[in-house]
Amino acid sequence: MFGPTKRQWCIAAALCVLMGLAALPARAALDPALVQGLGGDFNARVAAIDALGVAGGDEATALLDALEGGRLGTVDGRLVVIAPDGLRDAASGEALAADAGAATRITVNNRLRRAIGTARAALALSSAQPAQRLAAADTLRENASPALLPVLARALAAESDAAVREVLLYATAKLELSSPDPALRLKAAQALGASSDAAVKNLLAALLEKRGEGAAATWVEPDAEVRAAAAASMRAIDRRIGLAQTAGTLFSGLSLGSILLLAALGLAITYGVMGVINMAHGELLMVGAYATFVVQGVFRSHFPAYLDLYVLAAIPAAFLAAALVGIVMERLVLRHLYGRPLESLLATWGLSLVLIQAARVLFGPQNLELANPSWMSGGVELAGGVVLPYNRIVILGFAAFVLVLIWLMMQKTRLGMFVRAVTQNRPMAGCVGVPTARVDTLAFAIGSGVAGLGGLALSQIANVGPAMGTGYIVDAFMVVVLGGVGQLAGAVWAALGLGIVAKFLEGWAGAVVAKILVLVFIIAFIQKRPQGIFALKGRFADS
Amino acid sequence: MNRRNFVKALTLSASIAAIGLPAGAHAADTIKVGILHSLSGTMAISETALKNVALMTIEEINAGGGVLGRKLEPVVVDPASNWPLFAERARQLLAQDKVAAVFGCWTSVSRKSVLPVFKELNGLLFYPVQYEGEELEKNVFYTGAAPNQQAIPAVEYLMSEEGGGAKRFVLLGTDYVYPRTTNKILRAFLKSKGVSDADILEDYTPFGHADYQTIIARIKQFAAEGKKTAVVSTINGDSNVPFYKELGNAGLKATDVPVVAFSVGEEELRGVDTKPLLGHLAAWNYFMSVDNPQNKAFIDKYRAWAKKNAVPNADTVVTNDPMEATYVGLHMWKQAVEKAGSTDVDKVIAAMGGQTFKAPSGFTLTMDATNHHLHKPVLIGEVRADGQFDVVWQTQQPIRAQPWSPFIEGNEGKQGL
Repeated sequence: MFGPTKRQWCIAAALCVLMGLAALPARAALDPALVQGLGGDFNARVAAIDALGVAGGDEATALLDALEGGRLGTVDGRLVVIAPDGLRDAASGEALAADAGAATRITVNNRLRRAIGTARAALALSSAQPAQRLAAADTLRENASPALLPVLARALAAESDAAVREVLLYATAKLELSSPDPALRLKAAQALGASSDAAVKNLLAALLEKRGEGAAATWVEPDAEVRAAAAASMRAIDRRIGLAQTAGTLFSGLSLGSILLLAALGLAITYGVMGVINMAHGELLMVGAYATFVVQGVFRSHFPAYLDLYVLAAIPAAFLAAALVGIVMERLVLRHLYGRPLESLLATWGLSLVLIQAARVLFGPQNLELANPSWMSGGVELAGGVVLPYNRIVILGFAAFVLVLIWLMMQKTRLGMFVRAVTQNRPMAGCVGVPTARVDTLAFAIGSGVAGLGGLALSQIANVGPAMGTGYIVDAFMVVVLGGVGQLAGAVWAALGLGIVAKFLEGWAGAVVAKILVLVFIIAFIQKRPQGIFALKGRFADS
Repeated sequence: MNRRNFVKALTLSASIAAIGLPAGAHAADTIKVGILHSLSGTMAISETALKNVALMTIEEINAGGGVLGRKLEPVVVDPASNWPLFAERARQLLAQDKVAAVFGCWTSVSRKSVLPVFKELNGLLFYPVQYEGEELEKNVFYTGAAPNQQAIPAVEYLMSEEGGGAKRFVLLGTDYVYPRTTNKILRAFLKSKGVSDADILEDYTPFGHADYQTIIARIKQFAAEGKKTAVVSTINGDSNVPFYKELGNAGLKATDVPVVAFSVGEEELRGVDTKPLLGHLAAWNYFMSVDNPQNKAFIDKYRAWAKKNAVPNADTVVTNDPMEATYVGLHMWKQAVEKAGSTDVDKVIAAMGGQTFKAPSGFTLTMDATNHHLHKPVLIGEVRADGQFDVVWQTQQPIRAQPWSPFIEGNEGKQGL
């Protein structure tokens, strides 16, 4: 960021005086002059907010709350709090006779919001709860202005919690980099080496620059020792940021891979194992997403208190809805077309159009609103500003869960054994008493149900609309073909591999080019190795 | 001719007569108006509301006695976010339905796709969305903003102290003509303000893109390299939902890196939880939160219409800038037809110049006599927790459009038709 300007130092000095005033025992009402600044122009408002943060006290907190909540206004130049029961003077708190409609509301913009956040954090430094103090210190680490140095010093002196102390020391170091004392600057430059924040790196880099032209140039930082410490700290920060960014890209690749996998797993069963080219697979995803929407609607109207759990309740609903559609498709259309891939391709494509139109008629052509439950919003922050969003972490876990479920079903259950038997040798399985027709139906239903689960996962990340499936059908076939037809393991490797490759390419060439490169890569790969990454081996390879 | 064929022929001619008769009877006492908006596909999120507001305005005009004593009859078609289909549907409206005027299109690529049709058949198109300029057609009236009525003031605001004093810019868009041209203009503008190329990051995603992880990570990285950074988003359509979701989840706050969007309004934010988006910006010529009697009446009318026509989620419908522009466009067209005394395209075009209308934005908008664009006020708003916008900056007066941006070389001297 920037060094403190003259104006900021002036404010700092003024605030020190103010703090002296604020430290006096009588704190009942706020200084009217200070409060009045909130009604002034933007600069005056920011200065007043900063001052409120330093002054402290419940009244200051209440006033900041009112400002942030849009409950602060002016009547004839007088600053008032707009309460449900009327207007109150902002400084003295006395009730006013004027009508609430008479007040002009003060709008808050980003600059004010940033100042309020900092002021609020400065206030929270004296909170009794360590967690609140830690959060406050974290905010100050990002945004503290030199005006707050005395506040930080005061908090540091009183702080007992080690974690909070560490953050506070760090926040102080950031500000002390521009201190006039070289010893303080050296300490600060060394302390900042523990950071993984690129903004800190820039602060340090600014010290290593030269001012002026040619021979007359002088270092921004006159002390050589401080410069050396700054350079060392910068290298440490760079290393940490580089690692965090690679980890971040890897995670987004895995996340994209898990989404591809969920979109393709159902297809890996219906196409990979049963050999049905199901062009309506994307619409089965759509059915799952719409089932999720219906469940959300039911929760909204009947159990609003448990709305956050609707996603869990949607798991069986999405599976059953898609499986049901799958059974109907199989019974009515597909069973007459086994062994005729071209006809089943056309028939399922027709079915996909029917399903899209049905969704349009039933739910309307517009995208649906699906809210992330609160436990899936936000994310966990790695070093260097890399954030792993919770919804993606949950979906990664969900993909693993579905995968394990399918594996167990195929390997450990009687039905799974039948499915494998029927796909390997239909007449022989029939001869030993396997009800092949019913096994076909069930296997198709399970494949469809898994597609429904994929739709549920997609609904948490992407848009849900009637034609959402068409965007995924290509990706799903890509994964299954690349992985090797007839192989669940192949689909897993292909999905994760494609996800990671796509994300690294995207970082290098941009989203548009990355998409093209991935498709080119797949075409080249299939030319070289038509059977995919994993080929079926042994007697059944050609059947 | 055997009997079966005869029966077939009979039914066929009967049905032709059935189609032909009422249409013929209608044509005499109604004026047909075409509505050309995507009701499905990636743009449906934005365009469906425009179709609704057009229908509402037509109802309103009809309730007031119609135009020249004749009722308006809307002809709604769905080009399904498919650009070539826009041209096909436009041809159908002009050649087959013989509409007097068409209200439609959102994306510039759809507008470019229908232009030849309107020129060939001498039709009349009202285009209600902000766009990149660099175009002036006799057959088109542009009721949305040109770059100097939206993009440039927004970037100026971001650079001002009040707007955060941004020094570095990420220009992010969907990959088609509007974002590319707008960003070309913005890049030239930023250069004229002393922003170097190293401080500008330009990035594009395909239509319907849903995975914004890499882009958000790159913005964060770019922003962390020092200097205050702001993002200018020309992402269009339903990609905005995953983009803003990812933005919220990644913890990129407006106080650190503000995002100003040119194609995101109240309607697009309906599908998004706006609490994490507090303070991100949008630049338009109208916001639903604007407080004046015209706007209140406009909102009430639209709410009542939505309820009556059972629009999905009718109790939460919102109004936005392109809806206002559609509303203004239809009313101005009505005024021009009345002034011309005819729906003849050339006469209406001549009568359009200088038309004024008291718009819901609270300003009296004027159709420029020479460049087919409206004089519009510019408003910049910040997202509130309830999905509405707080106006943080606005112009005092409507400003004249410059469809040919002075920041693109070779545009000197091109202004009027």
